[in-house]
Amino acid sequence: MASVGPLGRIARLGSNICRSQRLIYSRSSQRRGIASSIDPAHGLTDEQKEFQKVAFDFAANEMAPHMAEWDQKEVFPVETMRKAAQLGFGGIYVQPDVGGSGLSRLDTSIIFEALSTGCASTTAYISIHNMCAWMIDVFGNSEQREKFCPDLCLMEKFASYCLTEPGSGSDAASLLTTAQLKGDHYVLNGSKAFISGGGDTDVYVVMCRTGGKGPKGISCLVVEKGTPGLSFGKKEKKVGWNSQPTRAVIFEDCAVPVTNRLGAEGQGFNIAMKGLNGGRINIASCSLGAAHASVQLARDHLLVRKQFGESLSNNQFLQFKLAEMATKLVASRLLVREAAKALQENRPDAVSLCSMAKLFVTDECFNICNQALQMHGGYGYLKDYAVQQFVRDIRVHQILEVSQNATIQKETTNEQHCRVNLTNRRERLCKSGTNHH
Amino acid sequence: MPQKLGYLDCLSSGTPVVTLSCGPLPPQIRVKPDNTAVVTDGVKHSMNPFCEIAVEEAVKLKEKKLIKEVVAVSCGPQQAQFFDSDFCLTQETIRTALAMGADRGIHVEVSGKDYETLGPLQVSKIMAALAKKEDAQLVILGKQAIDDDCNQTGQMTAALLDWPQGTFASEVTLEGDKVKVVREIDGGLETIKINTPAVVTADLRLNTPRYATLPNIMKAKKKKIANVKPADLGVDLTSRLEVLRVDEPPQRQAGMKVETVEDLVCKLKETGRV
Repeated sequence: MASVGPLGRIARLGSNICRSQRLIYSRSSQRRGIASSIDPAHGLTDEQKEFQKVAFDFAANEMAPHMAEWDQKEVFPVETMRKAAQLGFGGIYVQPDVGGSGLSRLDTSIIFEALSTGCASTTAYISIHNMCAWMIDVFGNSEQREKFCPDLCLMEKFASYCLTEPGSGSDAASLLTTAQLKGDHYVLNGSKAFISGGGDTDVYVVMCRTGGKGPKGISCLVVEKGTPGLSFGKKEKKVGWNSQPTRAVIFEDCAVPVTNRLGAEGQGFNIAMKGLNGGRINIASCSLGAAHASVQLARDHLLVRKQFGESLSNNQFLQFKLAEMATKLVASRLLVREAAKALQENRPDAVSLCSMAKLFVTDECFNICNQALQMHGGYGYLKDYAVQQFVRDIRVHQILEVSQNATIQKETTNEQHCRVNLTNRRERLCKSGTNHH
Repeated sequence: MPQKLGYLDCLSSGTPVVTLSCGPLPPQIRVKPDNTAVVTDGVKHSMNPFCEIAVEEAVKLKEKKLIKEVVAVSCGPQQAQFFDSDFCLTQETIRTALAMGADRGIHVEVSGKDYETLGPLQVSKIMAALAKKEDAQLVILGKQAIDDDCNQTGQMTAALLDWPQGTFASEVTLEGDKVKVVREIDGGLETIKINTPAVVTADLRLNTPRYATLPNIMKAKKKKIANVKPADLGVDLTSRLEVLRVDEPPQRQAGMKVETVEDLVCKLKETGRV
């Protein structure tokens, strides 16, 4: 880079930007004409291919051209998300009787993977919104479903999920936000941290303590924006996920009607855990899309960049590297899709597969994006090139929905049936090979 | 001449007919080593973009309640003929049109050698036969297929039916039993009024095709696709053309710099340009 004169560099940059942008963005998308070994359409039914096609087209035309702007200007792209909702992406696995699309978890994974190639950050928010809509759909009574779901499915209203607190991230069951029953209202006190969409969204699905300590004392309340006592912290400045605002959500004697409680008192943690299974698949799917886009960007760059008298694509090391990236991408995809199938079929291995998929896929896909950036050389570090945004956006996927410092932990349920769950603290795994609480 | 991989036409009684062809996507098209055709194995195929525009126009007219029914027609093999090629399934293309809002589909089965030699003349014969059979009032096609750029099917269909044609349409308005078509021509825009039944071919600026919505994709599963054989329509598919050779365009040669205008004129005369 140092030996190229300024004009030459700018001209080259220009043509590279045009090329890389055009390649992702063109309507008769080149992504469908190449690289059949990593084609995400393999093995899908005709109908799933249709869903995927719509999602890819939407990502290429409506999201990808704005991805950089949304990141740099920190825009929450309400209009674009509403357009997505018009196509049915607002409540993908919510039942049709309340406005959802009624699709399966596998269909959902395929859709989010495709959308994420257009903007991983926005797609991740859309998946969080979907999870909230689903929670109300499955655990809400008919009044609650009819009150909230139709607006959420159309994204007339946006949702946020409030579980994490300053003092409880991975240790979610130790949350401190209290909800005291006073007549026909719960009065909430406490605060939630790192809430995606916080302050800009309308419906908050909040996990709070109505009972004693531990998971059994947690209930789930739906809090609407504008409720007195509900306020927000400052907008956080993040490395990525900049197309969704992140704020603390603060409750100060915030009164919420009992009729807004999803499920029974004490059922909150159970709802949260069930939501997280799907949430993990969704986040992993978003990572997949980013990795897929990054592999294509890397491949295209290798074809045009010349050093030592030939294009980088002739370099054996880079060929091997790209092949490894492609292999890990496909392996990740298979794991996510299997986890999705297991979840929708209620298989006994569903929970562990979802956790494993999230762990494996978010790590591998971040590495893929990172390597793709590396292959771009100095250009990869410039914000004019999309690959750095994919790297920044999916880095957080390794942190949230249960951080990667995971261990296998045996959990006994009420029925004395052992299930395997991934939780935090890698040192426990290292310390002893045996499972223990 | 690159291979055509299938046409999707929309026929409808009182509705426009949209021709959708299914072709390979640019840009990495290569010629087969034996120079007989373009390589289509492993190349993803999709609905011809102009045909998407035609479907969109048909669906729009139906939404305005100006036409009763939109029928999507496609010509191609019953299923993928090659094991590992990303062949554009004719059925898939029809389903996309159904997901956009067409009411039903017709799959004209053409396979094997017939399919390889399927060209505008054959397709227009099929379209004409179907238009008569379905008592269509309007046939809408994409102006040309992007694999061979023939730009002939619409015009030939109109000729076979002896119907008026409005080609390169950038605006279509139904006015009673006439159609007002604004055509994009070399000199600008030309507005014509033609009687129905008529043939219209869609140009780029006619509309922006909608995305199929998830619910519509699922509803499309229930819509009917009828299977028809060309023989049933009394159509003879023999090709009158034989492809002798397919070549890539010549590689661009390096230029050369000259110092003075005299040198330039000299060089031009040398290479016979002047």
